[in-house]
Amino acid sequence: MTDYLLIIVGTVWVNNLVLSQFLGLCPFMGVSRKLETAIGMGLATTFVLTLSSVSSYLVDTWLLAPLDLQYLRTLSFILVIAAIVGFTEMVVRKTSPILHNVLGIYLPLITTNCAVLGVALLNIQQQHGFIESALYGMGGALGFTLVMVMFASLRERLVVADIPSVFKGNAIGLITAGLMALSFMGFSGLVKH
Amino acid sequence: MLSALFVVGGLAALFGLLLGFAAIRFRVEGDPLADKIDKLLPQTQCGQCTFPGCRPYAEAIAKGEADINQCPPGGEVTIQALAGLLGVEPKPLNAEHGEAPAQALVALIDEQTCIGCTLCIQACPVDAIVGAAKHMHTVIEAECTGCKLCLPPCPVDCILMVAVQPSPTTWKWPYPIIPLKEVA
Repeated sequence: MTDYLLIIVGTVWVNNLVLSQFLGLCPFMGVSRKLETAIGMGLATTFVLTLSSVSSYLVDTWLLAPLDLQYLRTLSFILVIAAIVGFTEMVVRKTSPILHNVLGIYLPLITTNCAVLGVALLNIQQQHGFIESALYGMGGALGFTLVMVMFASLRERLVVADIPSVFKGNAIGLITAGLMALSFMGFSGLVKH
Repeated sequence: MLSALFVVGGLAALFGLLLGFAAIRFRVEGDPLADKIDKLLPQTQCGQCTFPGCRPYAEAIAKGEADINQCPPGGEVTIQALAGLLGVEPKPLNAEHGEAPAQALVALIDEQTCIGCTLCIQACPVDAIVGAAKHMHTVIEAECTGCKLCLPPCPVDCILMVAVQPSPTTWKWPYPIIPLKEVA
């Protein structure tokens, strides 16, 4: 039980996907202008990341490993991720058309979100079991959602802040992201690897 | 080598089936966003937005072909609601399409003057006027949206727009008004 809790804490704070492993930076910068879109993107990514880390674990353990086809990992994981993202897009379009409109191009782009493939490959690299993979994926996605929400809230305030004109727009966004990454370094050492 | 082909091919076929099933199961009928916009519009069907009714205007907004500030009967409230739904900044009503009425209006036919020409019946977008040729017409108050489309065709100008009187079901307590006192 403690192990599972440690995985969650470790992926959300200590080895945060965005701020300490620098994965998934494109949605982090791209969809964080408004809080609602950031939350929507976070939820969609959470769904996709959890499902894809579980199913890529299953594909690797039950299909690729017995047939000695580990060299097909990246290819088949991308296939798994693409299918799950396509599925998610259909579900979101049906259940929340506004979220679908707001997320726009970023929803299909979860396919190329490096965090999703990164987590699937890290699961294999760290020899996680089934539940560990699921928790690792979910924790990573929760961490992603957390920093998305924090960053979007900061950026909403930055819009009205009095910023020197050279720093306006994405420049101050990147500086803010760097400062957030610095502060997240404070969590390192919280969980021993 | 052959097993690799089978594995990748099999995975692709499996996911293809899954997505095909999902496409049928989660099919979206029509444009649900247009539905939501349509619900926010006042349904006067007055055509002041240059579209032939509220539904076509809603579809045009959903497609991004029309702006949100073209609905005078809805006024400020509708613009705010649309801006909230679509996540855009609210903007003032476009004066080209008319002005928002200060209060809800309803048509009233002066029955002494009405000659029973049926022209207003044809103009009414919500079928709120009843009557027959050469017989007096009258307005069903509950159906009338106050769109004023029946005013121009009337040859004897017997239709008046009057403010809706509050009924026991629509009456509300007035907002508390606290008089401001000047403190020296």
